[in-house]
Amino acid sequence: MILFQLFSAFFKIGLFTLGGGYAMLALIQQEIVRYGWMTPQEFVDVVGIAEVTPGPIAVNAATFVGFRTAGVQGALVATGAVVLPSLISVMIVSRVWARYKNSHIVQNMFAGIRPVVVGLVGAAAVLVGLATFRSLSSGIHGLYTLVLGGLTFYGVAFRKWDPIKVLVGAALIGLIVYR
Amino acid sequence: MTIYWDLLSTFFKMGLFTFGGGYAMLPLLQREVVEKKKWATEAELMDYYAIGQSTPGIIAVNTASFVGYFQGGLLGAIAATIGLVLPSIMIILVVASVLHQLTDFAWLDHAFAGIRVAVSALVSFSVYKLGKAGIADTFGLVWALLTFAAIAFLKLSPIWIVAVSFVLGNVLRRREGDRAS
Repeated sequence: MILFQLFSAFFKIGLFTLGGGYAMLALIQQEIVRYGWMTPQEFVDVVGIAEVTPGPIAVNAATFVGFRTAGVQGALVATGAVVLPSLISVMIVSRVWARYKNSHIVQNMFAGIRPVVVGLVGAAAVLVGLATFRSLSSGIHGLYTLVLGGLTFYGVAFRKWDPIKVLVGAALIGLIVYR
Repeated sequence: MTIYWDLLSTFFKMGLFTFGGGYAMLPLLQREVVEKKKWATEAELMDYYAIGQSTPGIIAVNTASFVGYFQGGLLGAIAATIGLVLPSIMIILVVASVLHQLTDFAWLDHAFAGIRVAVSALVSFSVYKLGKAGIADTFGLVWALLTFAAIAFLKLSPIWIVAVSFVLGNVLRRREGDRAS
């Protein structure tokens, strides 16, 4: 029964998530409160952990809530349920897309949408960058942040550094300098 | 190595190193999917991302499913999705079973601070690469700047901007084409 509840709650959450993971967190909180799975304080912890662990935030939150509610089975059910709407909608869209990909209208649509993606990601980069700098700019930390950010940008832009190695390196540097 | 295993292991790597929202996955997608595996061009990646943004579901999962689907059909989409979420499941299970208080993980916060700085810089360079592939003319540049302003200052939802741009972009472009011919 609890597994079925987890499935239906997280399927709904996956289905009604349009856009970023943060929109989804409000929905997750609503469902958790409805079923009494966690206290609001516990949910704050879930969000904190979902953010600092790798992987999409929504997937992390689903796994965590599922595990705390019904063990490993619960984690698997909640995670499966939260990604299922993605798979279904991608299946449908891909079929249609594959058929009309070469039509003029669809090609024009995508040529029109690409600058939008640049703007979307640009806005995310600026907003996240500013928030990051603001939270890590007090005293000597500000200098570390500038140097680490500048070095990373230089590395990927001019030295073709592998993003994965950069992230590992930044985590290690962070451990030392942000203590 | 079958394509399914290839998709699973590639997206496993991406799940393991994506910190933050869907945008944080872009530097990795550009490196692994576009440059290394050549499963998509930079422009196609933008299309997946735009569609992933405006269809139900988590953006990162949608994008993975698109890449997987066009490489290996339904099974490919499933392989990519499983690869993407597997690190989450493994890590969260470990964290959730050992963690009792968030303060146990204070050191994680410091490492994550470093990661956030790197992600900001990585994504900034991704924007440059996307711009080079996705902005072809002045019209495109204006459109990108308008989108930026709408999101950053007006806090509009990306979905509406994507939807409007699909229609408007098409109408304007067709008119431009008519004039050219």
